Formats: sequence, structure tokens, C-alpha cells
Amino acid sequence: MSGLSRRELLAGTASIALGAAFARSAAARIVSGASPWEPHAGVPPTPVMPGPWQFFNGEEATTIEALVDRLIPPDPKTPGGKDAGCAVYIDRQLAGSYGSSRGLYMRPPFMDGTPEQGSQSPLTPAMRYRRSLAALNKYCRGAYAGKSFAELPDEQKDKVLTGMEKGPIQLEGANAKGFFEMLLSNTREGFFADPVYGGNRDMVGWKMIGFPGARYDYRDWIEKHNQPYPLPPVAIGGRSAGKPS
Amino acid sequence: MSQKLPATDIVIIGLGWTGSILAEALTRTGLNVVALERGPWRDTSTDFPTTYAQDELRYHIRHDLFLRPAQETMTFRNNANQTALPIRTWGSFMPPNGVGGGGVHWNAETWRFLPSDFQLRSHLVQRYGEKFLPEDMTIQDWGVTYEEMEPYYDKFEYLCGTSGKAGNIGGKKQAGGNPFEGPRARDYPTPPQRQPYAPTLFAAAARELGYSPFPQPSGNLSQAYTNPLGVALGPCTYCGFCEWFGCGNYSKASPQTTLLPVLVRRPDFEARTLCEVTRINLDGSGKRATGVTYVDAQGNVWEQPAELVVLCAFQLFNVHLLLLSGIGKPYDPHSGEGVIGRNYSYQVTSSVDAFFDNKNFNPFVASGAIGMCIDEFNGDNFDHGPHGFVGGGYMGAVQTNGRPILGTRVPKGTPDWGAAWKKAVAENYLSSYEAATHGSCYSYRDAYLDLDPTYTDPLGRKLLRINFDFHQNEMKMSAFLTDRLAEIIQKMGPRSIEKNPRKGPYTITKYQTTHTCGGAIMGADPKTSALNRYLQSWDVPNLFVTGATIFPQNAGYNPTGTVGAFAYWAADAIVNQYLKHPGPLVPS
Amino acid sequence: MQQSALAGLLLILGVCAACAAAPVRPAKPAHDKQSFAEIERGRYLATAGDCAACHTDPGGKPYAGGRPVETPFGMLLAPNLTPDRATGIGAWSDEDFVNALLNGRGAGGTRLYPAMPYTYYTKMSRDDALAIRAYLNTLEPVHNEVKSNQLPFPFNIRLTMAGWDLLFFHAGRFQPVAGKSDEWNRGAYLVEGPGHCGLCHTPKNFLGADETDNVLQGSVLQGWFAPDLTGDPRRGLGSWSADDIIAYLKTGHNRISFATGPMSEVISDSTSRMTDDDLKAIAAYLKDQAAPKESPPAAVSAQNNSMRSGETIYVDNCSACHGPGGKGITHLFPALDDNPIVQSKDATSLIRVTLEGAQNVATQAAPTGPAMPAFYWKLSNAQIADALTYIRNSWGNRASAVSSGQVDDVRSEPTQR
Repeated sequence: MSGLSRRELLAGTASIALGAAFARSAAARIVSGASPWEPHAGVPPTPVMPGPWQFFNGEEATTIEALVDRLIPPDPKTPGGKDAGCAVYIDRQLAGSYGSSRGLYMRPPFMDGTPEQGSQSPLTPAMRYRRSLAALNKYCRGAYAGKSFAELPDEQKDKVLTGMEKGPIQLEGANAKGFFEMLLSNTREGFFADPVYGGNRDMVGWKMIGFPGARYDYRDWIEKHNQPYPLPPVAIGGRSAGKPS
Repeated sequence: MSQKLPATDIVIIGLGWTGSILAEALTRTGLNVVALERGPWRDTSTDFPTTYAQDELRYHIRHDLFLRPAQETMTFRNNANQTALPIRTWGSFMPPNGVGGGGVHWNAETWRFLPSDFQLRSHLVQRYGEKFLPEDMTIQDWGVTYEEMEPYYDKFEYLCGTSGKAGNIGGKKQAGGNPFEGPRARDYPTPPQRQPYAPTLFAAAARELGYSPFPQPSGNLSQAYTNPLGVALGPCTYCGFCEWFGCGNYSKASPQTTLLPVLVRRPDFEARTLCEVTRINLDGSGKRATGVTYVDAQGNVWEQPAELVVLCAFQLFNVHLLLLSGIGKPYDPHSGEGVIGRNYSYQVTSSVDAFFDNKNFNPFVASGAIGMCIDEFNGDNFDHGPHGFVGGGYMGAVQTNGRPILGTRVPKGTPDWGAAWKKAVAENYLSSYEAATHGSCYSYRDAYLDLDPTYTDPLGRKLLRINFDFHQNEMKMSAFLTDRLAEIIQKMGPRSIEKNPRKGPYTITKYQTTHTCGGAIMGADPKTSALNRYLQSWDVPNLFVTGATIFPQNAGYNPTGTVGAFAYWAADAIVNQYLKHPGPLVPS
Repeated sequence: MQQSALAGLLLILGVCAACAAAPVRPAKPAHDKQSFAEIERGRYLATAGDCAACHTDPGGKPYAGGRPVETPFGMLLAPNLTPDRATGIGAWSDEDFVNALLNGRGAGGTRLYPAMPYTYYTKMSRDDALAIRAYLNTLEPVHNEVKSNQLPFPFNIRLTMAGWDLLFFHAGRFQPVAGKSDEWNRGAYLVEGPGHCGLCHTPKNFLGADETDNVLQGSVLQGWFAPDLTGDPRRGLGSWSADDIIAYLKTGHNRISFATGPMSEVISDSTSRMTDDDLKAIAAYLKDQAAPKESPPAAVSAQNNSMRSGETIYVDNCSACHGPGGKGITHLFPALDDNPIVQSKDATSLIRVTLEGAQNVATQAAPTGPAMPAFYWKLSNAQIADALTYIRNSWGNRASAVSSGQVDDVRSEPTQR
């Protein structure tokens, strides 16, 4: 439209005048007279159901489970990333709109810019995970006598992770540091998001820190200063949401 | 080719805060008003119900209520030595989408600007001399005074039911309020919010240092309220899902909770959603808007003729549409001429993180605008002479949320992952705190908006290009404010504190605020402003423009209170002056 | 229900072989149909009678008919009342119209079904009927052919109404009750006549007629429970003041309760447009209705498992609007404590609003129209049953428990209402 000359635009608008009825058939929602409301309204979140991996293949899944379990390791008090469901969370996210960058501006040209200009990669998260996980295992097999990441002892896993995080490790065909940052973000999301998305099973993340979850009324608590909140966390799916079956 | 619809009297572009305010005022005149909104209709119990609004992943991280960059975005560069590149995913700011606009997911921090803010240039020059200002600073007086705006601030606050404590009523200082605020005619419509633990500690510490803390004025209400239009709001329940989220129980002021129920009942009002205005059309002279062209969800193109057009979209999109429509002279940073895109500004925020032992702040008991603040270092409330910068901001302990994905913090030096991280997150969640400064951002010759030469949106239109970086003045200011805040936080007795002053370069990747301002500013001189004092276009008298677009520079406060006041101000001018005598309201 | 109704009707048919129409009265002098006062009186009576609720199809022209009316026996379509000669009532005489309204007889003497509440409208005067006719005559004539009778066999045989009318229809004008105030009598006239409140609020026998022993004690229809309007202190209007009743009818809510469901239209189209005096009269009449002599239900113990579970669900899901003490928020969220709808004998409405959500009707006086979200996806039948049992038996409330079977019944209804 910005390329049209005034003459072209005026010529274009000197066109058919239409009645109001036609306007109503247009694909707009016309609101007039009352606020639109319907029973059963709203779009609640679709719960992630346990089941086969929807995005990761076998080795990828094993690798991811190993990765999240080092980023957030298990301890006697709280499960680690794997048992908290972080790998499942990431799997479902990559299979969905996050994985495909739906809604983002993905038009070319793709040019490298400054750090301040943000990611200019044409690769979606799904592509990046695919490439990076393969490159990671290739690196590990090369550096550790044929062992994949998941097969390494924990200390060596941590060494590899640190190497990606701080820079010395390069991954073939993938940005190691960038992948690490994305993986860490997604792992934290998986640990702390509502269990409906497949992670934070049994609200372990929330229980660990003392976050009461999807509660909505703290009027009785606003002036209870320096006092612990007594109620257990609640998820969008209820008090027992996310319990492994 | 577009299909022409029957003419209407008034077209309003964008049905957010200002669109709703203008529509409500203009439908009282009996004229027909059509509001065109790019996004969907949004309603509390349908779109952000208490049953699933509390979803940090969906709303804060996946931006479910916001515009999708795929539909519209901008390109960005810090300076002319760079090539601007698209903002492919939101970071620094989050443009709204849908009926209610930013009013749906704001924090509801509802401030007034200072009297001196409105005469910024003349005030600063008078006090410090012209040489004190950076040579490339392009701040301007607004062309109106605070006194003229006071009744309109009042009107917006009473529309919203804003909760607060007045600091100055009719010239008399009121204990417990902001001693620096401009005089107001009466107190806030509802009492201030009750405060959680950390803000009370902050206030005590601030008082010890001789400051005058006061409760932040809040559009999350302290009690049930019925506004002058007869619309009822409820009391905030401190759910901690405020900014980025819609409010599920009618306790955050928004177009939904204050205006739309009345507006939809007006027989001469019609809202058309999922309709994107692509152009404001002009007649052959270029001095008169004939209406707008818009595209519906199916891609059908329509022409809606109208006698009066009011441009009420979000700030960036207002400027974009003016440029695409060829209204007003585009700004050229080299010559300094032109007005559309000129004086783009933002907000300069910073924080102080504090870690405590043996304190439980219950950070999840939170509200968008709950907290205690001080204003000693805002605007020109203090002598800038010794400090070598101008501007300032409020600072305070504002407890907006304790959401776990993005709202946890660990002391500097803690690893970002692993057992040490896990332990530190758990230990510090309830007992750490982030206090903030919220500083002004003045205008500069090289901070502007224009059209990108390369990138386009799905409709084939050039994207808006943001040319912006922080200047030394703002970074000096931020360091100063952060130091002052740290002094107060130190008095609260933390185990450790960390200062995070705003440093350049400005990055598009980390969220700061959505307070983008300027680009089609109001003023007294058509050479340096796009709009006259009534927000009427100097070039096209039957076009008015609202929003933070009109700000010649941004002050040290959240902008919405001022945006709302100016919407009422413009509505008044249209109803009482323009409609009676259509034409320029100010000789140009 | 339909089997025994069928048997009943056949019995009546057998009993009443030939029921003649009432003799025609001699015509009175013609009214001034063009008088503004007459037309305005008719318009007001049509508002009080809420004729539009059936005779105006949403999105259609006023009074042009075609709107489906759900009855326990099947579906009817409300006729076209515009002055169109071919498809409306333009060709009817005034006597035809009076006969329909007051005697339940259509043109040519065909019997109307009592979904058209002639059983109540019969209390109106002839003058009232003529005024309504004068108003209807001013409407835009709309060509809209409506085949009203959509009932299944044998209910579609209008002659069966002859027996029904014999048993249940008592034609006759409203008789003021001596010793009661003018205001009371005006209220009685409005409630028993044009307001036809009993059509929804009085329980029906198996033949669809009023249970005359249980007038205004509440009834289930169209998937909702229309509440008890007697003086019952728990389930009726006993705890409401006259002002509460007036506020509810005028604005769509009062300090306790917020109208939703089918009552929304009654308020937006009818009662919110009536005069304050008339609303006061209705309130005065209703406040004078005795409570049925029934002992209050036994409270469900707080230790009961359902109550405990219900309390947890309430705290987690309901408190943010309805409050920890069930007090709600004035002008925004209903109080649950001391609320007669919450303590209704029948929990159908409560179950429905919990599953589907509900919007409070917006009126000129109270435009907010707040809405409750839908819980059908979030809570199971057992959870909803427990939560409602808890609400019905907490604070000052006492009512029967709700079972998950009852919730399932409402949830499984095929028709969305």
C-alpha cells in the first residue's frame, strides 16, 4: 500500500458503494448494543498428556533428559529436571508453536546484527535443538572416547555444559552458547511453569521455593508481615495436578 | 480495489484506553462513531478468567495477549552507523493488541507528571542556563500547563477509581502523600492500597534518611468502586498476575472495567474488531481526511468514509500510520526538519537487588501498583547543578509479583545452574527483594522513528524503524538514582545488595517498559510539532492523535495517567470547540 | 413424563367430547385506537407482559414471531403479532385479539397452548387488551409466516386443549382483594396478570398446569430453576426487603443476588422498564406472601467429606470473587451467604452457572454486566457437587447436598442454553 501513488489510491476507492448489510457480512466481529458473551466461553490451556515423545527422537530424548538433570540436579529434598518433567515440557513446546516460531517475524533477509538487535537467526527453536543436540553428541563422542553426552559421568557432563556456557566449546553447525542459553531458559520454564504444560510435576518446583501457584486471593495476607503462608500450592488443574499417575 | 462503505461521522482507529475514552465522549453528542480495532474483542470472563489467567508461561513468556511480531513489528538500530534489523520477538517492550489495548495488561501505576515537566525546556533553561543542556537534546515545552491538565487528570483517576493518597490538595500539603506533586482539586477516589512487608520496611528506611515516602497511586483498587459512568469495579486480591496479564476479577482499571459496558450500549456506537486500518485517506488537497481504508480478517479491503478521524492506536503504530498515509512532514535527523518521527523517547529504569536473612516477604502477595515510593529525585525536584545531568525519576519498593520462572533471583556470583543454583533459588525466594527506579528519558536529535528501507509486514507495508540509544545524560541520571536507592535499601538491613544501573547501549532484547513515546508530538510550533495543543494535526484539521505519541519527551513516571488525561482533554476540545466550528483550533 | 401426559390427555378427550367456546359478548363502543395515551398504555402493558420475550426473535424485527419456545411437551414457535394481514394479526378483529389474550382462543376459535400465558393474561381487563392491540397496530408490518405448532403427536392436536382448559383454566378478570392497599392490589394484578410470574416460578403438574397448592414456590424449566418467590426466609424472598426486590427488578441485581439466565431478558425487556411505583407494588405484594409451612432442611455437617473437599475447592477457586466468607462484592459478585438462590430446593441453576459460566444482565441503571467464568473443564462432577454442597451449607446457609449425578445430568444435556 505504501507504494501506491495518490492517484492510484483515489482511483481504487472510487468504487462500489455498498449497503450496511454487506458490511456485516465482512469478516469482522461487529460489537454493538451489548458485550458479547457465551456460555462455556474461554480457551483454557490444553493439558500435556503423558505419552510418547512428540518431537524428540530416541537419542535426543535421552540427551535432553540428561541435560535437564544436570542443569537442575536431583537432591534429597527436590527432584531434578528429569523427574520434574522438564524434558517432557521441552518436547511438547518444540512440537508446538514455540518450536516453530509461529507468531514471530521470520521474514528475510536474515543478517547478523549487534547483540542489542536480538536474534536474527532463521532457525526455529525446533531446528536449533535438532542441530545442537546432534552436534553436542558428536562433540562428546569425539572428546570422550565415543561416549554420548548421556553416557558421561556427571562431572564430565558438567564440564561440557560449562564449556558451552562460557564459550570454549564450539559445536559444529550450531551456536553452543546460544543453545545453552535457550536450553537453560526452557529448562527453568519446565521446572516452574504450571504443571499443565508437562513440567513442574506435582508442583515440585513451586514447593521447593514456597510459591503457592495459581491462587488468586491473598486479601487476608497482605498485612500479615513476615509470616509464612500456610496453604499448599495449587495449579490451574487443581491441588493434585501434575501428579505422576 | 477497496469496497466503499456508507459514511459515518467519526472513525476511531484503535479501541484501547484513548479510543474508548474518545468513543464514550463522542457518542454523547449523538454522532455515529465506528471504532476499528486490529485485534480481537476481549472480555474479562472469556479472555482472562480467574480459572486460567494465572499462567506465567502463556502470558508473560509466550505473550498470549500481545501483538504477534508476525502481524506487525519494527526494525531497530542504535544509531545511523548500523543497519536496522527486525525485532523478531519482543523483548524491550510488548505492544498490545485487541480491544482494551495496553489497558488490559498494564500494571496500573497511575501517575501525574510534575508541573515543571510541562514547561521542561523553559524551566531548565531558566534554572540552569542553556549550556547545561546537552547540545543535541531536543526537549520542548508541551504548550499546556499542569494547571490546565489538572481537571483531566482528575477525570481519568475518577474513571479508574485510582487508589492513592493525595500529597497536595489545593496548594496545601497532605501528610502521607507525595509532597512534590502538583496541586490537585481533591483526593483520590479510593484510599491507598494496604502494603505488604517490604514496602513498609522501605518506607521506614526512607523516612530515616529524611525522605517522604508515599503509597504508589494504583489502578488496582483498594476497595469496590462504582465510577461516574455507573460501572462497578472490585477490590484487588493481590494475586500477583498483573502486568502482562488480564485481571480476572474486575479489580484493575481497564477499558473493559471502566468504559466498555457503557459504550456498547450507546446506539450510535459500533466496534469492528479484527480490522486493521492500513491508511488514513486524504482528499486531493492533502489537508482533509476523507476516512480510512482497512483490511478485515479475510483480507477484504474496505473504505470507511468519515468526517472526523481520531488516531488512537498504540504510540508506535500511530506514527507508523501517519508515515504510511503521508500525513505531516517526515523527520530528517540530518536537517533537523520535519515532525513525524521526531522526538522519540522511552523510559530509563534500573534496579537494586537485596538479599536478606530471616525475612519473609511473601513476594507472591502482589499487585501491579502496590508499593511505597519517594519522589525527591524526580523531574527537577532537586538541584541538578552539582550532578551534571537533567531529569530524574521516582524510586521505591513496588511489589508486583513473585512469579517463579522470571521472578526469582540469586546473589551475584551464584552459578546459573546446577546444585548451587537450585539451593540459592530456594533459599532466597522468600527473602530477597528488587527495588526499582523509574527515570525520565529526554529527547534527542538522533532518537527518532522513520520507515525502514528493507523490511515489510504481511500487507507489504514498510516497517517502522526505531533509531534509539541511551545518552550520557540518561545514564548519569540512572547511576545517580540507583545510588540513592541503594542507600535506602542498605538501611533496611540486608545481607547484601547489588546495584543494576541502566547502562548503554540500549538493547531490544531485555524487557524494560512499554513506555515508548513521541514521534508525533504536541507543541506550539508546527515546525517542531505534529499536533497543536488540542492534539489536532497541524496538517489535517479533521485528524486528532492521542496516546504517548504526543509526548515531546518522557518524564520520570509511568505515562498512562497522562495519556488518559490528554484523551479527555482532546475529547473536550473536539466536543466543545471542533464540532461547533470544524477547522484548525489554533492558527498555524 | 410424556407417556403419562399422553394418557391423561386421551382421558380428558374422552371425558369432554364437545366443549363449546364461551358465548360472545355484545361489542362495547370502539376505543380511540389513534389516541397516544391509549397506544402508550398498550406499549407499557406489553412491556409489563414481556410479550417481546417470545414474540420477538433475537436479531429479528419487533414482534414478528418465529422465536422457538421450549415447553415440557416440545417446541412451539411464537406467532407474528405485527399488523401484517397475511402472516401477522392485521386481519384479526379486536374481538379476536381480546379472545386470544383473555380466553386462550386464536382466530376462528382455535385453542392456544398455555405457553402463551392466557391463563394469567385472563386477569387483564378488556380495556387493557384493546390498548395492547392499539399498540401492536402501530408496529411495522412484517411478512413472516410462522407455523407455530411444532409439537409432536398427540400434543399437536389443539382440540386436546379443550379438556386441559376445562380442568385448569379459569377465565376471569382480576378482582381486587378487600382490605388490602391499592398498592398491594396493583402488585397482585401485575404478578398474577400481565407479569405472569407463575408461568416460570410456580411448579407444574404432569400436565403442565400450575400446582395451585404451591404457587410461586419455584419450578424447573428450560434447564433452569426459577426460584421460590414466597416469604420463605431461606429459599424465598423472606430475607429480602422490598427495596431488595425493587433493586433486583430494576437494575438486574441487589445486595445479594445477580440475575442471569432466562430472568435476564425479563429484567432487560420488562421489569427494568416499568415504573418505580409498579415495582414497589410488586414488592409489596410479594413481601406479603406467606412462607410454605415446611421445616428447614437439616444442615450437612461440616465434618462430612463432601464439605471438607468442598471447602478446599471453594478456597482455591471461588474465594477470589465470592470472598472467603461468601459475602461477594456489592454491585459485582453475588453474596453466597444468605442467598435464597443458593439455598434453593433444586440446584439446577447453581450447577448450570458453575459449569457454563454466567453473565449478569446489564441494565441502564447498572451497566457493568459482570460475568462468572466457566468451570466445566476445570472441575469434575464430584468437585462441583462438593463445592456446591459446601456453599449451600456454610456460613448461615442450609440446604440439601448436591450429588455428582445431578451435576452430570446438567452437564450431559445436549442443548446449550
